[in-house]
Amino acid sequence: MSKITIPLGPQHPALKEPENFMLVLEGEQIENATINLGYNHRGMEKAAEERTFIQNMYLLERVCGICSHSHTTCYVTNVEEAAKAEVPERALAIRVLVGELERVHSHLLWLGVAAYEIGFETLFMYTWRDREQVLDCLELLSGNRVHYSINTIGGVRRDITPEQKNEVLKRINFLEERTKYYIKVATEEPTVRARAANVGKLPYEVALERGAVGPTARASGVKRDVRKDAPYLLYDKLDFNLITHDSCDVFGRVVVRALELMESYKLIKQVLNYLPEGPLTVKVPPRIAPAEVVNLYEAPRGEDIHYLKTNGTDKPERLKVRAPTLANLQSVTYMLEGGWLADVPLVIAAIDPCMSCTDRAMVYDRKTDKTQVYDWEDLRRLGIEAYKRKGVDFSKF
Amino acid sequence: MKTIDKLILWSRLKSPWILHFNSGACNGCDIEIVDALTPKYDIERFGIVLKSTPRHADVLVVSGPVTLQQVPRLKRIYEQMPEPKFVLAIGACGCSGGVFNGCYSVVPGGLDQVLPVSAYIPGCPVRPEAIIDGVVKLLSSLEN
Ligand code: SF4
Repeated sequence: MSKITIPLGPQHPALKEPENFMLVLEGEQIENATINLGYNHRGMEKAAEERTFIQNMYLLERVCGICSHSHTTCYVTNVEEAAKAEVPERALAIRVLVGELERVHSHLLWLGVAAYEIGFETLFMYTWRDREQVLDCLELLSGNRVHYSINTIGGVRRDITPEQKNEVLKRINFLEERTKYYIKVATEEPTVRARAANVGKLPYEVALERGAVGPTARASGVKRDVRKDAPYLLYDKLDFNLITHDSCDVFGRVVVRALELMESYKLIKQVLNYLPEGPLTVKVPPRIAPAEVVNLYEAPRGEDIHYLKTNGTDKPERLKVRAPTLANLQSVTYMLEGGWLADVPLVIAAIDPCMSCTDRAMVYDRKTDKTQVYDWEDLRRLGIEAYKRKGVDFSKF
Repeated sequence: MKTIDKLILWSRLKSPWILHFNSGACNGCDIEIVDALTPKYDIERFGIVLKSTPRHADVLVVSGPVTLQQVPRLKRIYEQMPEPKFVLAIGACGCSGGVFNGCYSVVPGGLDQVLPVSAYIPGCPVRPEAIIDGVVKLLSSLEN
């Protein structure tokens, strides 16, 4: 039989990932998966070489709209290290605060997206509604909801007043209550378990071998967190737990993220009560002597690596960003192989891929020798329906 | 205007179906678009429904600069939409290329270099309020 390719829209409603997955099927089961990347390539590293250090801060913030603070913090730390500047402690505390608020917003967002992919839309709406509280906090502190631009080279741009502190604490307390409820839903609800347990398995050894990072690795029992392994900012002074789970599946990834939310609330409260007095910035000269620096940062999705080479001018000679999703994609192919077509959306969403757009999966059926292109929405529907036939149904809620 | 045309116009205005396409955005605009659909902003109260196929959509909502890889895809999606169709350029990137203007793998200028744009919604990222405002303005301009 000749091959048929049906291209369906390369866009989908619940945001994300510009990858293309090529899946080889044996009936309903996936035999082989390959990933194609590059739909979102904009050439930022090259662009960074033509901009000054200050301009680059705003450019690199836009590597990703969800973990923008992670990228700028990693970048400014590099610049400060190359310039040998001592950043005041109050600035570091504010960076930690915004960083943790960002983690909260990102994990809540992920929880919602995962719920949407399994067809549990009520939970999606709940988490996104509560997420507004964090966005309000960020807006209060920085003036913007998504790209906070709180960092500047040598410190931070805005201070925190006592009123702001109280307002943030109030909202965090509310979120803590809500998160307890989500943890209960995620861990006790049999329908969620039926969809997530034993799906997208990634054993400990494979996670190590494929270099998984962040919550994806931690859900496979790998104790890996830059905040603990190589503390930056103020993390060595703060008290928090490294959350791991040993179920090695999507369920574990849900639990790890939900429990990490609680840790983040703890960190936010600690930082707000700690806030040392002092200046917000130190002066850093615009031209920076030749140096080479690398820095790590635990972004919501895992370890983010920035490399910077300076050459004595006010522009970088070379800048390299390794975002956490790239590290995790190697594990996705493993998780998909041997799994069911119905689980594809959830497994891909479970690493919380952070890029945008063109995702579609090409399905190749060995038996009939047919190629078909599914778009995300079709796959999602297929997954929900396949599970409905097995008796897992969210429409009763 | 015949009654049937009036009816079609009425239903078009009361329930525009939108299609979201990310042509290389940083995700900032995308999460704000999804945000506009969730309970706090709830854009669905204007009858706006997010669709997943271009063949059902009236309005194409494009966020981000257009990367070279996405140009043919974007054009194809636009061609698949039924007439009359409208395009919304979301964010500084969609309007002018934003911070990415000049990058080697991005179309110089904004979205209007690739598709005819009906409305521009600026902001980096756009606020959900701005998206609602833009959509409402587009709809009221159709009324006349
Ligand atoms: S306008 Fe800003 S937030 Fe929107 S895609 Fe462009 S850089 Fe990202």
